Amino acid sequence: MLTIDRATYDGIVAHAKRDHPDEACGVVAGPEGSDRPERLVEMVNAAGSPTFYEFDSTDLFQLYKEMDQRDEEPVVVYHSHTATEAYPSRTDIGLASEPNAHYVLVSTRDCFNEDGGNNDSPVEFRSYRIVDGEVTEEEVTVVDELPARSN
Amino acid sequence: MAIEVRIPTILRNYTGGEKAVNADGASLSALIDDLEVNHPGIKDRLIENGDLRRFVNVYVNDEDVRFIGGLEAELSDGDQVVVLPAVAGG
Repeated sequence: MLTIDRATYDGIVAHAKRDHPDEACGVVAGPEGSDRPERLVEMVNAAGSPTFYEFDSTDLFQLYKEMDQRDEEPVVVYHSHTATEAYPSRTDIGLASEPNAHYVLVSTRDCFNEDGGNNDSPVEFRSYRIVDGEVTEEEVTVVDELPARSN
Repeated sequence: MAIEVRIPTILRNYTGGEKAVNADGASLSALIDDLEVNHPGIKDRLIENGDLRRFVNVYVNDEDVRFIGGLEAELSDGDQVVVLPAVAGG
């Protein structure tokens, strides 16, 4: 199960809407081993594409360096689909390389009308584990605030 | 000669769980061959058809190797090599 706070959830949804019709992508970092998505980091989609996303290689390096220095890991890796459902594509599954992460997929396909205007339909927000090519959907629980840290 | 190679989570099954290992080599290509000796199987995860895999990024001292010669990038004692799988999808 993914437990995420409302502000982070809203931040991911807002990022996806803002970048529509291109795919948006990013991570939510958290302390190693904590399973707490605490720090939303929006990334630039270097592919700038409605059907593909990729972190820029230099940005990727900086991100991992920073997480390393802070003893963090990517608790959530998210990206949007802008014309299809919020389910991992074959490419998503083939390239998934963080077996400990929650892979969040959001879909903005129903949020905009044909003219690109907002039609106020909700963004689909779903979460998966992707390990060795196997996809397992999990429940998403949105809380006002993450519970206090146990340590 | 010792070069520290930082290993991403997904490849740590080749390094007994180690986050970083030491290897030798005057070029990235030689370094990867040396890694393979001690961590059999890892080379195939980095290289495909004689070149770096499209969705594997390797950095030497903070620089993406694709900009400094790819597999022919020169290495010297004390360099730090970081391997990171691309974060990408469709």
